[in-house]
Amino acid sequence: MSKKKIRDILLSVLLLAAAGGILAWLQADSSNHSYAISIIERSAIYAVVAVAMNMLTGFTGLFSLGQAGFMALGAYVTGILTIPVELRANVYYLNGIAPWLENVHLPMLPALILGGLVAALFAALIGIPILRLKSDYLAIATLGFAEIIRAFLASPAMNTITNGSFGLNNIPAFSNIFVPCVIAAVCILLMVLLINSSYGRAFKAIREDDVAAESMGINLFRHKELAFVISSFFTGIAGGLLAIYMRSIDTKTFQVTLTYNILLIVVLGGIGSVTGSIIGSFLINGGQEWLRFFDEPLSIGGVQIPLFRTGFRMVIYSVLLMIVVLFWRRGIMGTSEFTWDNLFGLFRRKKKKQAGGEA
Amino acid sequence: MANNVLHMETITMQFGGVVAVNGLTLDVNENEIVALIGPNGAGKTTAFNCVTGIYAPTFGEVSFHGETILRNSPQGKMKKLYAGDVPAVDVKPLIKTPDEITKMGIARTFQNIRLFGNLTVFENVLIAKHMRAKQNVFSATLRLNRAEEARMRRESMELLEEQNLAQYKDEIASSLPYGLQRRLEIARALATGPSLLLLDEPAAGMNPQETMELTEFIAQIRKDYHLSVFMIEHHMDLVMEISDRIYVLDFGRLIAQGTPDEIQNNDRVIEAYLGVSHDAED
Repeated sequence: MSKKKIRDILLSVLLLAAAGGILAWLQADSSNHSYAISIIERSAIYAVVAVAMNMLTGFTGLFSLGQAGFMALGAYVTGILTIPVELRANVYYLNGIAPWLENVHLPMLPALILGGLVAALFAALIGIPILRLKSDYLAIATLGFAEIIRAFLASPAMNTITNGSFGLNNIPAFSNIFVPCVIAAVCILLMVLLINSSYGRAFKAIREDDVAAESMGINLFRHKELAFVISSFFTGIAGGLLAIYMRSIDTKTFQVTLTYNILLIVVLGGIGSVTGSIIGSFLINGGQEWLRFFDEPLSIGGVQIPLFRTGFRMVIYSVLLMIVVLFWRRGIMGTSEFTWDNLFGLFRRKKKKQAGGEA
Repeated sequence: MANNVLHMETITMQFGGVVAVNGLTLDVNENEIVALIGPNGAGKTTAFNCVTGIYAPTFGEVSFHGETILRNSPQGKMKKLYAGDVPAVDVKPLIKTPDEITKMGIARTFQNIRLFGNLTVFENVLIAKHMRAKQNVFSATLRLNRAEEARMRRESMELLEEQNLAQYKDEIASSLPYGLQRRLEIARALATGPSLLLLDEPAAGMNPQETMELTEFIAQIRKDYHLSVFMIEHHMDLVMEISDRIYVLDFGRLIAQGTPDEIQNNDRVIEAYLGVSHDAED
């Protein structure tokens, strides 16, 4: 028992060291590896949103589709506050910037947290009326909210704050690959700790049966609101990270498609599995890039293969997704989490099967 | 009179034009087992839901240890529709939510078992400890109060051992056999630390042997946890054996109350159950 524990800790440390080593190796020659770096950074950021969404959908049973809206809030707060003061005249060259905002500048970390808090505040406010709704009604309400936020940020009335439909640019980039990865890891760690705490159990109780949960003394509204606000906080932070990653954002970045991408990650990874969401994020982000060769024209022996052209990648991608959803209906991980035991169990099962086949 | 635990005063629950419970007044005293019986559709579960706060009664008052937990009079369009036997008097509504009522010490089980199906037996009981945990979301997330978490786990484990469920603690709740699921649901209710336990058809779907065991079990937990028990049940053997008092409901109205002996010989009860026609009576 304890031997196994030591083995698990050793393996986890090794895995972390290996991940750190790979990141350091990529970072050492960042100009050559910029493509890989950007995929890893984006995967890490999406993983935070996916885990936050999973906390709501998979663990509390609240199906919310407002992720893009909360990400937009976090992104805009972080973006506005981190653009260097001397560059602001360039960014807001058409409409000018509101005088009270002109010299307000925050370093990256406080700006991210403030972005998260703003998203959480909005979540708290809209949570009061809409958390009374159930399943698909809640999804529609949050979807509508996200669109309202987007329209609001792009409206001419907000020109001197959000730069309206022109968007923001000149947002300072991450100084190295470790910054987004470590922030993402800390966010995910905090959510995992919450899910495994007494509050996390209360969330799961609500997911399983809200009437029974209430009769166990769990205040439904308070706990749903709590899950919604905390999930939105981390979604906001991830939005801020995305703004820094992209360096220039506008409201088109935060369309419903973004939410659907996150939903895809959650479903693919397994609704109710944190490690599933993380794996899903890297698979989807990596896979989309890896499939890019379908977009290039291809000729074999001088014959142009007809389907290989821009856009074909998305066809293949969609077909692959359908296959995954058809054959792994519960996602890659289902509701279980990654453990070393499970991993070794997988190999052992395969070996047994092979041995059985030979005999 | 012994100490009053639960008092329902002229409880009326009306859904649209249907009066499901009509002017029900009843008492449960300390350490007493009280049964609520009646034919199907008599309004027994509705009466239960009026105690636990799932419904707010249309009219009437429920108090627990002398403290009012629910009080209401017909509001809005119900004012015109109200069709209860007891004339409604305007009162200031006071409606506690189910979780507040559980916190005060009323625990319940459900007619169709409502366990947290995908969670383990241990987690099912542990969740009941959440409401009294002295921690907030930050201290719980950052593991600042490990002693509190350890206490919750220890108490839950003790309860499972007392209820002979300890060997199933890591099983998924929905995978347990039916009888054990019933037992687990009662154990989970006990974990909230109640002084009044509401059992909604605890013997539903049980065979005579299991029903007998349940009868002993209910008597035992009343003694061990110093509980008052208020239950709905159709198995008359069980009801007659362990109830101190019985209330009989028919079409939402209380038609009889008394000790098991009195009820067994009550003409109106026999009539309600066997459906003796009024013509024959005349």
